[in-house]
Amino acid sequence: MMLKKLRILVSAQHALMLAYRAEIYLWVLAHTLPFIMMSVWMTAAKQAGMSGSSAFSMNEVGYARYFLAVYIVRQFTATWMIYEFEWHVNEGRLSGMLLRPINALWHYVSAHLGEQLARFPFFVVMVGVFFAIYPKALGWPTVSSVVMGVVAIYAAFALRFAMQYCLAMGNFWFERASSIDQLSMLPYMFLSGLIIPLSDMPAGVRRVVYLTPFPYTIDFQVRIMTGKLTWADGEMWTGFGILAAWFAVFAVIGSGLWKRGLLQYSGQGA
Amino acid sequence: MGADGWGLATYDFRMPIVDVQNLHKSFRVSASEPGFGHALRHFFRRKYRLVEAVKPMSFAIEPGEIVGFLGPNGAGKTTTLKMLSGLLHPSGGVVTVAGHVPFRRQRAFLKTITLVMGNKQQLLWDLPALESFRINGAIYDIADDELARRVKELSEMLGLGKELTQPVRKLSLGERMKCELMSSLLHRPAVLFLDEPTLGLDVNAQTAVRGFLREYNAKYGATILLTSHYMADITALCKRVLLIHQGKLFYDGLLGGILDRFAPYREVKLAFTESVGAESLAAFGEVTTVEGRSASFVIKRDILAPTVERMMAHLPIADLTVTDPPIEDIMGKLFKEGVVA
Repeated sequence: MMLKKLRILVSAQHALMLAYRAEIYLWVLAHTLPFIMMSVWMTAAKQAGMSGSSAFSMNEVGYARYFLAVYIVRQFTATWMIYEFEWHVNEGRLSGMLLRPINALWHYVSAHLGEQLARFPFFVVMVGVFFAIYPKALGWPTVSSVVMGVVAIYAAFALRFAMQYCLAMGNFWFERASSIDQLSMLPYMFLSGLIIPLSDMPAGVRRVVYLTPFPYTIDFQVRIMTGKLTWADGEMWTGFGILAAWFAVFAVIGSGLWKRGLLQYSGQGA
Repeated sequence: MGADGWGLATYDFRMPIVDVQNLHKSFRVSASEPGFGHALRHFFRRKYRLVEAVKPMSFAIEPGEIVGFLGPNGAGKTTTLKMLSGLLHPSGGVVTVAGHVPFRRQRAFLKTITLVMGNKQQLLWDLPALESFRINGAIYDIADDELARRVKELSEMLGLGKELTQPVRKLSLGERMKCELMSSLLHRPAVLFLDEPTLGLDVNAQTAVRGFLREYNAKYGATILLTSHYMADITALCKRVLLIHQGKLFYDGLLGGILDRFAPYREVKLAFTESVGAESLAAFGEVTTVEGRSASFVIKRDILAPTVERMMAHLPIADLTVTDPPIEDIMGKLFKEGVVA
C-alpha cells in the first residue's frame, strides 16, 4: 500500500518537474562542478606525470573516472528539501501536508525521486558526451560494482537527506535555517571528495575524515563504482556500517526535532 | 454511509462530535519599532511579547450541525480552526473531534476531517486538478473505481467538467475554489472546517458553493464549522453561530438569538398620506431617516406594540412595515464598537 502511495506521489512530482523544463536544463548545468574539478586534477596529474612527480594518487584516466563517478553520485544524492521546507514553514504551506494521513516527509522524498527521474535522460546524455570526448576513460564496470554502487548511492541519498532534514527542522525556530545548510556545504565539499579526492589527503587526516559522515556521501560510493572497494573487502561493509550508524543518528535527531518543532509551528500565513 | 466509511468506527454518536473545554492559545511574537536604530537593537536583543490569540473557550457541536464562526479579522477564528484540525498545539484546554485529540494527528482522525482555507490552495498549481485527486485517492486509501465514482459525483454537484483537466493555474478563482473543495472532500470527511471558503468569489460562485455545502451536509450528514466575512454565507447555511472577538467567545446560540440579545429593537417604516413635521415624529422614538412622505424609526422591542398603536392613532399613515435590522448591520456594529469585549 505504501509503495502504491509512493509510486503515485513520485509520478505526480515527475509530471510537475517536467512542467519546468528550463529549470531542469539549468540544474544540469549547475551540477557540472565535478567536470570542472576533473579538468583541474587531470591537468595537474598530467603535468606531474611529465615531470616524474608521484604526488598524486591517480593518473589522468584515474581522475577522469573518479570525477565522472562523483558526477553520477551527485545526480542522485543532491538534496534541497531544506529550501522547500523553509518556504513551506514560513508561508504556512506545511499545514496542507500536516492534514494528510501520511507523514509530510514522503512529500519531500517523492519530490526528490521525481526530480531524479525527470533529470535522468539529461544525465545519460551528459555521460554519453563525456565518453565521446574522452574515450580513454571508457571501461566496463563489474556487475557487483554496479549493483553495490546503486545501493551505496541510494544509501548516500538517505544519509544526505537525513542530515539536511535535521537542519531543515531549524525552520521551526529560525526563519532562515537554509543559511545553516549553506554553512554545512563547506565541510561537505571538502570532506566528501567532491573537490579533493580523499586519497590525495594525508593518511592521518583521512583517518579522521572517515569517522565523519561526509565521505559516505560521495567518496565511499565512488570507490565502489571505480572498483576500489569490492564484495570481498571488509572495508566496504565497515563503510556501510558507518553510513548506517550516521543515518540512524540523524534519523533519531530529526524525528525528535520534528516532534518538538510541531509544538512551535504557528501555521503563519495559512 | 456507515460509521466505518466515515472513519468513525470508534466514535460514540451520542457525544458531541466537536467538544472544546477551556481551549486557549498564546503566541510569543517578536516586536520591533521601525527605524535603523531599532532594527540594530532588535538584531542584538530581541524583544518578545505574548499574544493571547484565543482566550479560554468552551463549546460543543453535535453531528450534522452547520455552525457559523464569526468575528472580525484577528479575532482568533482561524487559530481556533487550526487547533481543532490538529495543526496547532493548544496552550491549554481539552479538545476532542470525532473522539480524537486533534494534535496527535492520528491517521483515523485525519481521514475524518478536512480543513479548507479560502486563502490557501493545496492543489498542485501546474498540474490538472485530477492529478491532485489521484494523489489524494492514494493517500486516503480510496480504491481507483471508488475514486472515479466520487470524482464524478462531486464534479456533478459542483458543476465542474473540462476544468478538471486544465492546469490549476489556468482556472478562475471560483473554479479553483470548487476544485479545492472537491479535493478536500474526496475522502468524505465527517467534519468540515471551512475558513472563508467563498473569499473573493463572485456572487454566482458564492451561491454555487453555498448550495453545494448545503447539499453535501444534507446528503452525508457532515458536521460543518464555517467562518466567513460574508453574512450571506452564514444566513444561508447556519442556524447556530459562535461569535468571537479579541480571542474571546461571547455568544454561542441561534443566529436569530443575536437579534434578541444584541439588537433589542426593530425597524419601523412609515409612509404618510400627507407631509409630517420632523418634530412631530421625534415624539414616537429614534428617527433614522425622513424622506418626503416616509420615515423610519428604531423602536425597542418591549415598547413596540404600544408605540405602533400610538403612531396609528396620531399620524396620517398610508402604509406601515416592521422589520428586524439587517444582521450585517448588527454584527458590524458589535465588532466595530467592541460592545462585546
